[in-house]
Order: sequence, then structure tokens, then C-alpha cells
Amino acid sequence: MSKVKSKRFGLLISIFVICMILAGCGAEESGASSGSGGDDTLTMLVSETADTPGFRAVVEKIEDELGIKTKVEKRPGGPEGENIVKTRLATGDMADLVLFNSGSLLMALDPGKHFVDLKGEPFMDKVMDSYKEVVSKDGQIFGIPAKSSQVGGWLYNKKVYKELGLSVPKTWDELMANNEKIKAAGKTAVIGTYGETWTSQLPILADFYNVQAEVPSFAEEYTAGKAKYASTPEALRGFERIQEISEKGYMNDDYNVASYNQGMKMLAEGTGVHYPMLTQVLPLIAENHGELVNDIGVFPQPSDDPEVNGLTAWMPDAIMINKESKNVEKAKKWLEYYISDEALEVYTSKEKAIGPFVLKGVELPEDSYPAVKEMTPYFESGNVAPALEFVSPIKGPNLPQICTSIGSGTMKAEKAAKMYDEDVEKQAKQLGLDW
Amino acid sequence: MINSKKMYPLYFLLPAGIIYSVFFLLPTGMSFFYSMTWWTLDDWEFIGFDNFIQFFQEPSLRIGFRNTLIFAFTTMGGKVIIGLLLAVFLCSKIRNKNFLRSVVFFPVLLSTIAVGITFKTMMHPTTGLINTALAKIGITGPNWLGDPSIALLSVAMTDIWKGVGIATVIFIAGIMAIPNHYYEALKIDGGNAFQGFWHVTLPLSRPALNTVIILALIGGLRTFDLVWAMTGGGPGFSTDLLASIVYKQYAGGFYGLATAGNVLLFLFVGLIAFPIFKFLNRKEVDL
Repeated sequence: MSKVKSKRFGLLISIFVICMILAGCGAEESGASSGSGGDDTLTMLVSETADTPGFRAVVEKIEDELGIKTKVEKRPGGPEGENIVKTRLATGDMADLVLFNSGSLLMALDPGKHFVDLKGEPFMDKVMDSYKEVVSKDGQIFGIPAKSSQVGGWLYNKKVYKELGLSVPKTWDELMANNEKIKAAGKTAVIGTYGETWTSQLPILADFYNVQAEVPSFAEEYTAGKAKYASTPEALRGFERIQEISEKGYMNDDYNVASYNQGMKMLAEGTGVHYPMLTQVLPLIAENHGELVNDIGVFPQPSDDPEVNGLTAWMPDAIMINKESKNVEKAKKWLEYYISDEALEVYTSKEKAIGPFVLKGVELPEDSYPAVKEMTPYFESGNVAPALEFVSPIKGPNLPQICTSIGSGTMKAEKAAKMYDEDVEKQAKQLGLDW
Repeated sequence: MINSKKMYPLYFLLPAGIIYSVFFLLPTGMSFFYSMTWWTLDDWEFIGFDNFIQFFQEPSLRIGFRNTLIFAFTTMGGKVIIGLLLAVFLCSKIRNKNFLRSVVFFPVLLSTIAVGITFKTMMHPTTGLINTALAKIGITGPNWLGDPSIALLSVAMTDIWKGVGIATVIFIAGIMAIPNHYYEALKIDGGNAFQGFWHVTLPLSRPALNTVIILALIGGLRTFDLVWAMTGGGPGFSTDLLASIVYKQYAGGFYGLATAGNVLLFLFVGLIAFPIFKFLNRKEVDL
């Protein structure tokens, strides 16, 4: 290479590097400039999983009826999404409307500081008290439900169940026996999608009905720092169940990297038969795989005792108003309309409920998904308990990773439980609880 | 006449000095302070060294030191060895030299996140390009990113692929700077190509070698984006590096602890890079 040429080569590199740096800065700036929009526009930050056809339809309806445009921004779910919300709140760069988890994750945001108190609003009368509890702190109420409630349990493919002559298991052992038969038939018994780590937690979170049935005081003592996962055998079972599923090789070959979308595809097409998951996946299956959603059913995570068999329920995400928004009044109108009967009608015309609504006087429609109908007997007989994150303000942020550690075989259940107890303690201290 | 000593008064430094202080010195100083607090962004409480102690006690945090060391030294080694070989090859008499040099440098220009996502897809155990190709010749490829025992090395491999171009360019510059008469002398003495590499190229491209080692090592110690795009620290905690742990503590809302992690990362990089830098510079030879 001659001298001139090598100089030119160097120059070229420097130009490239400078361009790259400038491009980086530019991208950051444009990403940050998303405060409140124009006069009749509200900005809204939602999680990817919440951006469903029903939600979109209501947003459009609000634009038609109230003349309020909504600029919806999407963020990822799980810890990464929480981080985005926390950062944007801390830097004062939050959208007007925020859709976020209710329960313990909301409590970790310091809602009193960031969100408008809706306690005195007349439209809040429509919201059930059981929901108000999970979006309240220090007597203030912060949000409305974004959709219906849902359950976390074992979604299963009924067609395959019929083919293999299986019946819905009432105990953990029966479930494992089913898994064995499914594995022998050459199908994936349990779908694992650790590519999105939050999905790995379901076998422990959905076990909470069983925990509270056997140790009724667990939630209270756990919040007070007295009950621990490692020292409560009934709570430890959740971790052990993940270990058992993994050790017996019931999961798909690529469970360590598979995504949520791949998981729902496997379940819908019947190549995978069980998926421990939230029923929020149902509308997505309906959207992507059409009629196949009718083959999907759900049963509670079975316990070791056939007498204890009930569903763990999740309260819907909340829609809240940013305290620093310049359009609080408009946002309140938005919320009021969102839970009105007209809005619900539009919502359910596009997307069916994934569980009972938490609004007064709203019944589950007749044409619900078969899986949702399967849930009704449990609700009617009262065999339902809210998940731990709705009865305690503390959830350790490392739970997804701890669960994938067990599932990928790098950690045993007992060690994982101890680690989670430490994680919870750290979270309690960060929340300022006196432990 | 102008006194040359007074040509640039000290206050000329002010603009740069202020920017440097506000955007670098001040945050650095503040981070040392906040690393010793319980911090919620609105409120803080001084707790001494508790955060640092926690960082060494908790297994999920401690694993970062080990992984970061493995990652930094593996990628550094890979970049040095492959980069040097490529540079020697690209400085020899071959056709399309400039084109090949561009090809080697090309991955450096790509966005790290894009590279991460691409390799994540290619490394998928059943549908990924790599294992599909291996299956064609009858080899069952491993679960590159899903197997906790090799996931970190898979990420390191990707980092080497992406970073080797920079190392090669620096080596090429170093080799080009070696005067030709050393090689002529070698030829007269009857030395072969390998002796030329071992006794001339290697010792005389020492400054380039040192630069590559230091750059690659510091880069490796601070890596975050690639590992985040490829594995997010998983499966479990098996590919967590210090930087990704700091990010996760921050994401979890443990601001004091995350800041302490950053201070540790800063000290860690300093403690490893500085002595190596000193050591390498002492051994440099003059041309």
C-alpha cells in the first residue's frame, strides 16, 4: 500500500467513525423527544403485550368520539420494560398515559409521586374494589383496568389430549404422568420459552394458589420478612417443580432461547402440548393462528393434594395518568371513556376477554374462548386466589433469571430459593420497609 | 512584540474545563458518593460500604467478576492472534489486497446490537444457520447460546468476529512501518518466512501489539451491548458480565447498588489495564 493510499484509508476510517458517533447521538436525541404531543393528542406508553386488537379499537373509538388522538409508544415487557418506565419517570420524560402492571411492580414505582390520584373521580365507582386494592397506596387510587383479569396456569392443547387419551390432571403426579406419555408420543410435553425470561416464572407464580391453600398466612409473613421461600416447603415446591420439568427433559430442545411467539405457535399447532402461561396469550393465538385458539384449554397448576385445586389469578395492568402531564383533564376523560360500556363493546367485538372483568355489572360474554369458559367453574366455586404480587408489595426483580437458572440446570431449587429470598430482602430494603 | 509564553492565557482552558468538570468530573465524584448510599433517586441515606460488601457476597453479582475476566481475556487473545495472522496475510503479496482488507474491516462498521441479534438467530440450536449448515455435513452443533457452559464463549466468539478488524488494521499499520531493510538482511542471511515473522515482524510490531492488547482488554472488560443483545445475561446468570449486572441492578431499582457496581467496574478496569499497560510499555523496542 502506498503512503497516499494508506492515508486515504485512515481518513476513510475516521470519517466512518465520526459518522457512527454522530448517528448514535442523533438517534438518542430523537428517542428522547417524546413529551406530551399537540393539544388534542395524548401520548401513551404501553407494553408490547398490551398492544392488542381490542386496545387499538378502543383507542380509535376514543379519537372518533372524544376527538382525542392517542400516540401509542410501545416498550418491551419484563425487567427491561420496567427499567424504561422507571427511567422515564425519574427523568421527567414520561408520556401522558402509562400502562403498567398493577400490584407489587406498581408499588415499586412510588406511584404517589408520579401518578394522578383518581380517588374522587366518579368513573372510579365502576371499578371493583378488589381491583382498586391492587392499584392503591396510602389511600390513593391510581389506575383503571386495561383489560379483563386473567389466570396463570397450564394451557394445553385439547386436540392432542384427545388423541393421546389424556385427562386433565388433578395432582402434580398426574400431570407428570401425562408429560411422560406426551414425551413418549414424540411431542414436546412442556413448552419453555426462556428467550423471553419472564415466561420462565409461571410454574412458581401459578403455584401460589396451592401455597396459600396450604399455608394461609404465607403472604402476610412474607411481606413482614418472616416467611421465606427456602424455609417454607410448600413455597419451595414451585422452584422444585421447575427443576423437575427440566430434569425429566420435558421441554423443547431450544427452550433456552425460544421466544414467546414460538411458544404460542407450538401450542396452537399441537407440537407442544403444555405451556405454563398467562391466559393473555389467547388473543395473540387467535390473532396469529385463528381458529386454532379453540383447541386450547387451561387447567390450574396442580398441587400434590387432589383436594387443593384452584386457579391463581392476575389482576389486569393499570392505565394511569402521569402527574406531570399538561393534559390531566383530557386524560381523565380518556380513562372515563375507556371503561365505559360503549368502549367495552368495541373492545370485546375485536378481542375476547381472557378472564372475568373487574368492572361492576360486566359479565363474561357467551362467546368467550373455550379456555376462558373452562375457568368459570373455578371462579364460581371460589377456587381462585390472586397471585402473590397482588397481595404483597414485594417481588424480587431477579426471579426470571433465577427460574431460568434452575430450568437450564445450573442451579438447584434450594439454592435458587435462598437466592430469591436474598433478592426479596434487597427489594424490601429498597422499598424502605423495615426488615 | 508578543511574548510567546503569554500567547494562550489560562482562561482559554475554561470552556473545555467547565464541560469536562460538569460532564465528567462531577458525575464521577457523585457516583463515588452515591455508591455509599441507599438511593431511590429522590432520597438517600448514607450506608458506608454496605453496597460494596453486597456486591462481593451475592453469588449473582460475584459471578460477574469471573465472567468478565474470562470474556475480556478470551476476546483479547482471539483478536491478537487472529488479527496478527490476518495482518501478516494481508501485507503479503496477494491479489485483491485492498478488497480483502475492506472485507476484514467491514464487521467493525456494523452496529453491535444488529450483530448480536443476527448471531443470536444464526446460533439458534435447531433453526439457526450455523447448526443447519453443520447438520448438512453430519455434525450436530451445540446449543450455542442455550447451553450455560458454552454460552459465554459463543458471545466471545461473536465479539472476536466483530472486533478483529480493528486489531488487523492496527497490526497492518505496525507491519507497514517496519523498514524493508530488516527483511532484506534476513534474506541475505538465508532466513525463511517463519523466521522473518518470528524475529522481525513480531518484535518490531510491538507498539501495535501493545495497543491492540490494551484496547481489546479494556473493551472486553466493559462489554455490555453485545451480551445484552445476544443472551441478556442468560441462561440464568451464566453470561452476566459486570456491566450487564450493573444495568440489571439499575433496572431493578437498586440505584445505590448499581452505582457501587459501576465504581467497582471502574476500579476493576483500572487495576487490570494499568499494570498491563506499564508492563507492556517497558518491553517495547525501538525501531
